[in-house]
Amino acid sequence: MLFRLLWTALLETVWMVAMAGVISIVLGTVVGAALVFFSDPGLGRDWPINRVLHIEQVLSAIVNVGRSVPFLVLMVAIIPLTRLLVGTSIGTKAAIVPLSIGAIPFAARVVESSMRGVDRGVVEAALVMGAAPLEVVFRVMFPEALPSLVLGFTLTLVSLVSFSAMAGAVGGGGLGDLAIRYGYQRFRTDVMIATVVVLVALVQAIQWVGQAISVAVDRKR
Amino acid sequence: MISLEDVSKKYPGQVVPALDGVSFAVEQGDICGIVGLSGAGKSTLIRCMTGLERVDRGAIHIGDVDITRLRGAQLRQAQRRLGVVFQHFNLLSHRTALGNVMFPLEIAKASPEEARRRAEELLDVVGLSDKRDAYPAKLSGGQQQRVGIARALAANPSVLLCDEPTSALDPITTQSILELIRQVNAEFQVTVLIVTHQLSITQQACDSIIVIDEGRIVETGPAQEVLHTPTSRILKAMVTTLSWS
Ligand SMILES: Nc1ncnc2c1ncn2[C@@H]1O[C@H](COP(=O)(O)OP(=O)(O)O)[C@@H](O)[C@H]1O
Ligand SMILES: [Mg+2]
Repeated sequence: MLFRLLWTALLETVWMVAMAGVISIVLGTVVGAALVFFSDPGLGRDWPINRVLHIEQVLSAIVNVGRSVPFLVLMVAIIPLTRLLVGTSIGTKAAIVPLSIGAIPFAARVVESSMRGVDRGVVEAALVMGAAPLEVVFRVMFPEALPSLVLGFTLTLVSLVSFSAMAGAVGGGGLGDLAIRYGYQRFRTDVMIATVVVLVALVQAIQWVGQAISVAVDRKR
Repeated sequence: MISLEDVSKKYPGQVVPALDGVSFAVEQGDICGIVGLSGAGKSTLIRCMTGLERVDRGAIHIGDVDITRLRGAQLRQAQRRLGVVFQHFNLLSHRTALGNVMFPLEIAKASPEEARRRAEELLDVVGLSDKRDAYPAKLSGGQQQRVGIARALAANPSVLLCDEPTSALDPITTQSILELIRQVNAEFQVTVLIVTHQLSITQQACDSIIVIDEGRIVETGPAQEVLHTPTSRILKAMVTTLSWS
């Protein structure tokens, strides 16, 4: 019975984190790459469109706002958007929306700092070989930053696990929901402890896999 | 053929310009050394010649194009015909030696077979055929610079621009890299510009020397002549260090 509950809740959490992870990593990568692209004089900083729209400054401001809104507030604030996108504001599916949106700014900063970590000399070498700006991004920056990107994405997934537990507390399902409904409201200390143990194990597993992939990528070099 | 006319460049906020009315020409097939103390403007000169930095004034002719007038796709097209060698090699860490030499060919849209064939050929020229599947991290500095030179030659450039190509290397390795530069100069008839703060390098490898100080050319001429009878204050000072080494 306890095992059954835990297993279902774990699957829900994994599903939420996986979906929100994919969405936020993809969109965060786009935003993070744009932050780098439009601030780099060798890439898009001096493009006419950037002179007009100040893409880097605008995106950066939006990212900062997103990073400073507490997740609980974000979740409530975007309920209308969540309803619009998935048709409901409670349950696992609904939780994916605020989770994704909350993690995009985080993932964007992670990608930005990984890309900025790429050796400037290597980027300039590609530029003087006549590589186009997008070629520099896709054929130099991303592959050169890959070990660091993998670690950053791992970090994103780990924080999604804790956010998802929070989402669970307000009807999002998953392990957080289980802990609140059984562990807290029904005084089931055993469920509470078991939930925490499973959460810790999940975070450990993500961290371990992420680190292993990063090391494997790096060791090939 | 390389020729610069009245090239000036000032970085934002700079009082003394990094380059101030620099003009010179290098004959086809020559090896020309540009010497100066650090901060003299040598790297800025190379960066302007490769289109990384825009000049404020002047023209830089490499072959039949003025690089300062080109933008966007046209500039990239011209850049693909330059060979550039860097002090810190700047190899892609995620590519093998072979992959690094193939990179500029891929950028120039060569077919994969063609790129591979040419890259293998060039690794052979620089004596690194046995290391073609090694990643840069597994290569010594000298070996990395050999890959860097092979990469610079990949697109069949008419000029090879080297910014402090041996400054990160020990004296013995420096010798072998200079020999390699001389060898490719002879073999491919490529015009070579070597920027350095070490006068001994120009003595060993260069046909002509240009001395630059605070963004200006202060002395120029055939290597042996300039080294024997230096006239500028800066070169006189540098020559004394030469006799000790
Ligand atoms: N990106 C830059 N911004 C501002 N000043 C620079 C920059 N790069 C170089 N300088 C300045 O320009 C001068 C020439 O530098 P550089 O060309 O690197 O000299 P060298 O390669 O001969 O040591 C120096 O005074 C240096 O501080
Ligand atoms: Mg320099």
